[in-house]
Amino acid sequence: MGEHTLCFPTRPAILSTASIAGPQEGDGPFGDMFDVVKADTLLGEKTWEKAEVRMLQEALELCVYKAGWGLSDVQMLFCGDLLNQLSASHYAVRDFPVPFFGLYGACSTFVEGLILGALAVDGGYASHLVVGSSSHHDTAERQYRYPTEFGHQRPTTAQWTVCGAGAAALGQGQGPLITHATPGRIVDPGIKDVNDMGSAMAPAAADTFITHLADTGRTVDDYDLIVTGDLGRMGKSLLVTLLKHKNVDLSQRLLDCGSILYDHTAEVMSGASGCGCIAIMFAGYLFAEMQAGRAQRILLLANGSLHSPDTIQQGETLPGIAHAVALENSRGGDAE
Amino acid sequence: MPKATGRETAAYQRMIVASKPKRPLAENLVWAFVVGGAICLVGQGVKNIIMKAEGLTPTEAGPPTVGVMIFLGALFTGLGVYDRLARFGGMGANLPITGFANAIVAPAMEYQREGLVLGVSARMFTVAGPVIVHAVVVAVIVGTLSHFVGK
Amino acid sequence: MMDFALAFVVGGLMCMLAQLALDLTEMNPAMLMVVFVSLGAVASGLGLYAPLVEIAGAGASIPLPAFGHALVEGIGQDVDQYGPLGILSGGLRATAVGLTVAILSGYLMAIVFTPKG
Repeated sequence: MGEHTLCFPTRPAILSTASIAGPQEGDGPFGDMFDVVKADTLLGEKTWEKAEVRMLQEALELCVYKAGWGLSDVQMLFCGDLLNQLSASHYAVRDFPVPFFGLYGACSTFVEGLILGALAVDGGYASHLVVGSSSHHDTAERQYRYPTEFGHQRPTTAQWTVCGAGAAALGQGQGPLITHATPGRIVDPGIKDVNDMGSAMAPAAADTFITHLADTGRTVDDYDLIVTGDLGRMGKSLLVTLLKHKNVDLSQRLLDCGSILYDHTAEVMSGASGCGCIAIMFAGYLFAEMQAGRAQRILLLANGSLHSPDTIQQGETLPGIAHAVALENSRGGDAE
Repeated sequence: MPKATGRETAAYQRMIVASKPKRPLAENLVWAFVVGGAICLVGQGVKNIIMKAEGLTPTEAGPPTVGVMIFLGALFTGLGVYDRLARFGGMGANLPITGFANAIVAPAMEYQREGLVLGVSARMFTVAGPVIVHAVVVAVIVGTLSHFVGK
Repeated sequence: MMDFALAFVVGGLMCMLAQLALDLTEMNPAMLMVVFVSLGAVASGLGLYAPLVEIAGAGASIPLPAFGHALVEGIGQDVDQYGPLGILSGGLRATAVGLTVAILSGYLMAIVFTPKG
């Protein structure tokens, strides 16, 4: 429907979710909401990469278990992370006897997975499908920035990569239903500062959101919450300003996972980021809010910055993207 | 609107500048002064001890003092303290020679899991390498100029 | 006591200057270390850095510009002693202690400690 928006007639449901969080995420305001909070960032593994793999693996397994399935019931897996060649996902799904698609959408990966998963379920190609994504502060830091022990002051716009993994099981049944999806297009506002991803991603989020409203004929008030992934405080305020110019007032309904995942501390600066950010916030917090009926209809608007350390050194800009999916509670579910 | 035009970019840049949280400049400067000064103070203490113990002149005591300070910077990096110091000390922690040590030790430790040869040794200079390279290049240029052209 | 006070103030001021550059320009810490080490070498060539070390002691010899200064000074000494080839030998000879300690401690710390993240 509309220009870019997909409408799913069979309304695939999110049957279960799982969230695994690191210690710092566990200390934050949403610490109690996560299924598992790890005591340290190594998880007893030898490397941080192995720790990230473990987190994603546990999230996928827990999610499958909570859906009441066995591992061999799963028909398709959609996973992604931030590491080169998607290595965390590839090693995490190594032991799953299941067809697998690797996704890269930077921090928008989780919602990218939900959209593709919903397509597969809605098209009748799968009835047992799992989506997952992960990030780890230290694996991201050493790949994108400095060695972790190198001392440096973080700029005020810098964000802190979340240590965590989230997963969601999709199929037909009870749970929040995926009704619409608006896949994003790349919007590049010409930002070159890697420490300012919020500014690079806000225009993409605005673009996708405006497209979504135009395509569906909905307004901001049709949603209880509009949830962005990890714009951070800086990107969030930019998104609100950008939309104000288009006469859309988002400020009352907007929830940015990155801005609220941690208590505000000097280290975290503008907020959280990473594939794990919206994944654990949705799997841990928002899914529960919807099931409890505190939110009936939400829009997940996950944004990502699609750069690599090399392209940035070569003077390239940060291309932004944002994918949206609309979720709502089934009426049948309410009546029970 | 895939890639922004020049005018759009300029307008957006103005919007960014308006909503960018300011760096706490005064606070940063004070911390840089205090942390950097304190490290130099320790350096002076080390230098005085070396001079007294070995009966050296201030010039002779220079290299051993630098050696000791580099070791201290390396040790505190190893203990996981130095990156925390730099979070608030900023350039006060980066600029002293201890910060140079931190720049060498941090990648060496980071890549220990990739092995001693291809990890530790190969990556040791990812941050500090450019410092050494530029120091040598500029010093050779300056040395050439001052001792041949300058005379 | 005076030497301590001077070391603190001069060293602190130099770091403050670097912090000012960090906060007001687009440069990152790694870049600024390169800039300051180069500035030290240039200042040394202009004959400015040696008097500063004379006055401030560790306040001038501990911050990174001293590394550039030491290279230039070493080149000067070797040129006086061995002639033009000193340009190629003096710099690293004068800074050998620091560099060797840095490499050795990098190796040592990587064996002894693991990064905490």
